[in-house]
This record gives sequence, structure tokens and C-alpha cells, in this order.
Amino acid sequence: MELKEITRPENLVYRRTPLMTDATLSYCPGCGHGTVHRLIMEVVEEMGIQEDTIGIAPVGCSVLAYDFMDVDFSQAAHGRAPAVATAIKRLWPNKFVFTYQGDGDLAAIGTAETIHACNRGENITIFFVNNGIYGMTGGQMAPTTLEGMKSSTSPYGRNNKTMGPPYKITELIAQLDGTHYVTRQAVHKPGPVRKAKKAIRKALEVQKEKKGISFIEFVSNCNSGWKMTPVDSNIWMEEHMFPFYPMGDIKVDGKLVNG
Amino acid sequence: MAKAKGAIVVDVERCKGCQICMVNCPTDTIGMAEEVNGKGYHYAYMKNPENCTGCTNCAVVCPDGVITVYRVKQN
Repeated sequence: MELKEITRPENLVYRRTPLMTDATLSYCPGCGHGTVHRLIMEVVEEMGIQEDTIGIAPVGCSVLAYDFMDVDFSQAAHGRAPAVATAIKRLWPNKFVFTYQGDGDLAAIGTAETIHACNRGENITIFFVNNGIYGMTGGQMAPTTLEGMKSSTSPYGRNNKTMGPPYKITELIAQLDGTHYVTRQAVHKPGPVRKAKKAIRKALEVQKEKKGISFIEFVSNCNSGWKMTPVDSNIWMEEHMFPFYPMGDIKVDGKLVNG
Repeated sequence: MAKAKGAIVVDVERCKGCQICMVNCPTDTIGMAEEVNGKGYHYAYMKNPENCTGCTNCAVVCPDGVITVYRVKQN
């Protein structure tokens, strides 16, 4: 069969969603951010809520998220995205409001905003991309950096004694009454990507039903910060990140899965 | 037995050559080109086009969404 015969419009099974703009993504090759952006936009497209969706961009690598996702966007000061999302959601309770944050933004400088927004149970969705490092500023140690992991500010590896151990903010906020759906996903392989998309769909549906915060952590790679090739960084992530940040649902329908 | 025949089209200029599609291709269809694109990346291409089944695995993991997938059912 000739290539021309196969690539006819009626045989199309997958194309990039038109809700992603034509701007070239500013991320490094192999970075999970691009996949997460696309999955969110695919779900928004499937639910037909492009006109009613408002995103909040963070500070960090994904500060330009508003350039790539073709929905209304605002951009918040470092770590303050859940606070801005709270205001927008309270003014427009019927809009879909999500924040898109990295680990430096959400788990370090924005810890207070994150915890209090979750505790209040605002009807927003938080997408949290955790790559265990400050990517944009040059690979500094983040609160999520693993023990022994090298970064530009922990060149001999993170020492838990002097630097404190990494913490799992996702498990932390799952303890709060305001959270309704809390899960941890990954986007490095086709299987996890498909699962992650289902989780995004569920998160936005929880928001539609006004049940409280839905929170998805994506464990992702930072091949530039980790000083690896994209393929190696995904393998390293499976071997080192996943044992500490295990995949799966943590809280479903307001009930802890293992509680 | 019905067998699916597929093909991918790569947006060459947007491809960053990260190889994540290549390692996730179950049929060894994808390779990286010898040549580089305008940004200097070795872009993905169909090294073994006859192997492609149009499973979309490459497209769903592509961080830059540069892959379009087509599939035809054959008898």
C-alpha cells in the first residue's frame, strides 16, 4: 500500500488537537510539560468547554503556558496561582478554572496558597508537574528533590540531615477535607499517558459537579536539569522517582484510597 | 485476519529529536534521520514504514505533538 493511500483524511486516527496553538513549545526536547499541555487541551476539546475554561500560568518553565494552550489565561506571581484561581472561580462559578504549576512554584514558594486553597475546598483543578528540580532557573534543588540527588545547589547530592528530606505535598493535601480527587500520574509512556488523560477528565468533571478541589500530580522528567538524555531521564525517573512518588489515586470521591 | 496498516506524518520543523517516540514504538517503525531540521535536530521519520500499524503510541507520548497518525484496516 502506498503512503499516499494511507495518509488520506478518512484514515486519520490521531492529530495534534487544534486547541494547542501553533507556537513552538519553549520546553527542552523530551520534557513532559508538552505532553501534559496537550492532554489538558485534548480533554477540554472533548468536553467542548474551550470557551468556558480559564487557566492560571505559574512562574517557572511553564510561565509561557498561555502561549501554547488556546484557552483564556491569567498569570500569577510565583506560587500564587491557587489564590488567583480562587478569585476567578468565585467571580465566575460556572467557568472551569485550573492552575498549572511546577514543583518549585507549588511545593516551595506557593505552599501556603496551595494548602489553604485545598483546605477551603475551592472548586478548582490544580495540575502539578513534579520533576524534582527548579528547571527554569538552572537546576537548583527543590523541596521535591530526592535524597542523594545532585542539583546545582546540592552538587554532592541532597543531604537529608542538613537540607531536610523531600516531601510529598500531594499526600499532604490529600489529608485535607476540602480535596475531593487527588491522584498522581506520569506521561513518559503511552500507557501512563492514557491513564493521565482519564484522570484529567475526572478532575474537570469533579469541578463541574462543584465537589471541591481536584489535584493531579504528574511526575515528570527534567533531562536538562538532571543532565541526561530524554530517554535516559525517563528510565531514571522510573527507577528513582516512582519508588518515592508512587503512581495512582490517593483520594477518590473525598475518601482516601489507603486510609 | 484483518491487519491494520498505518503511517505517521512527522512535522519535521517542530520535531526536537528527543527519541521518546522511537523507544515507545512497539514495531520498530521509527528512526531518527541522518539529516537535521532547521533547528539542528535529528528528526523522527519512518525507518521501516512497512511495520507501522497506526497504534498511535508515538503520537500520544510526543511532547511536542508533532506526529499525525493514519490507519487503514486491511483484509
